[in-house]
Amino acid sequence: MQLFTQVHKWVDERFDWTKLTEPLRHKTVPIHKLSYWYFLGGITLFLFGIQVCTGLLLLLYYRPSANEAFESVQYIMTRVHFGWLIRSIHSWAANLMIFTAFLHMFSVLFLRAYRKPRELTWVSGMILLFLVLGFGFSGYLLPWNTLAFFATKVGTEITGQVPVLGHTMMVLMRGGEEVTGATLTRFFGVHVAVLPGLTASLILLHLALVQKFGMSLPPSVAAKAQVNPSAVREMKFLPNFLLREVMAWYVALGVLGALAAWLPWELGTKADPFGAAPAGIRPEWYFMFMFQSLKLIPSKVFHIDGELIGILAFGLAGAVWVLLPFLEGNREKRGGTLIRGAGVFALCYIVAMTIYGYMAK
Amino acid sequence: MFASVVSFFYPVVKYLVPPSVPDLGEDVVVAGKVGDLKPNGSKVFRFGSRPALLLLTAEGEYHCVSAVCTHLGCTVQYRGDLSEIWCACHNGTYGLDGRNVSGPPPRPLENFLVNIRGSEIVVSRKRVG
Repeated sequence: MQLFTQVHKWVDERFDWTKLTEPLRHKTVPIHKLSYWYFLGGITLFLFGIQVCTGLLLLLYYRPSANEAFESVQYIMTRVHFGWLIRSIHSWAANLMIFTAFLHMFSVLFLRAYRKPRELTWVSGMILLFLVLGFGFSGYLLPWNTLAFFATKVGTEITGQVPVLGHTMMVLMRGGEEVTGATLTRFFGVHVAVLPGLTASLILLHLALVQKFGMSLPPSVAAKAQVNPSAVREMKFLPNFLLREVMAWYVALGVLGALAAWLPWELGTKADPFGAAPAGIRPEWYFMFMFQSLKLIPSKVFHIDGELIGILAFGLAGAVWVLLPFLEGNREKRGGTLIRGAGVFALCYIVAMTIYGYMAK
Repeated sequence: MFASVVSFFYPVVKYLVPPSVPDLGEDVVVAGKVGDLKPNGSKVFRFGSRPALLLLTAEGEYHCVSAVCTHLGCTVQYRGDLSEIWCACHNGTYGLDGRNVSGPPPRPLENFLVNIRGSEIVVSRKRVG
């Protein structure tokens, strides 16, 4: 303990640590019946940390080339001590992170935490969600298995359908006209260097904005607080909320460990660029609603290619989603109802299409 | 200022665009030997830089089409049980001549000519015009 005090004093004398962390000591978190939704951002951040750690471990053995990628993952899973566990945790944590990121986004939407002055917190969070999906998409190809190969082929082809710049973007992503070893190398670079750098910077900005504006109160709770300010209690962020958050991380770690041990992530078969797409091919669950939608759109809609309509519709929906807080503007009541309706519709659509995608032949 | 920015980023942007590789787009390829395929069987083979599908119907007739689905680029396969070409990714179907029949594919598959030369099955692109 004395050593800790000495170290703290040493750091404080040089870097003014106490002053730097002052805002955190004053930060409070409101306590109400919906407070548990506040944990989701932290859990997502914790899972990102797990991804960084397990990703670094996987890098020690992984080889990013079409001839060696599959075999190196096979080696990790069968020969390296606890390699199966590390890879399994990396895959499961990726999926859980995307799940909690989506939950976090919808909780912010339904609790209306995106409103003034938190518009940019929402925008940075949405960009983070897209980056997390980018992690999922780029990481999926790295084991170079059949499923990943065709998922990447379809995913990059979708980019190629975007009018004007689509083809150039597709070639940039693939490193050529086709999905080859060049695509794998590019995806590897993006997955382990570009995306982590961007994500880490944006997480810092997102956290700084959360710190700046504090925790948002849901409108129903805020109304109560206006009538009776003592009705909404608060707890200190340090240490009370953080300790609770750590408990949530511990639960997340338990779930992760159990999933990785009981349901180890499969590797599948090595990709054959000149083999047919096998029956039952489907993307990861978080892209399933888009996959199923594209499957249902007819080949031509008013003489326009169906997939182009679908891709443009999803692109437009994504852009509108990022700008939601600005669409509400000052029309709080009407705008809020409209946004809540859009949120319910989006949630129902995503869930229904995902289930349909798994049930459809 | 603008010129400086352009001079910094131009090489980077050019670096990101992969060098163009001459298309291996041969017009004629030996797809296999007579007897390789059983009736109602098929194989995917390399035609230039892309896959192509050669199939032999139960009646003993060869067909060859591009194996790249015109919807989102998956590699199609022959379904002997249904006598049709099928894309597993989005459930698109084509006739044996590559005509898009159902599902999301917007265009037919490119149809190739099949000739038997001695014991070899030779596939070639159809000349347009």
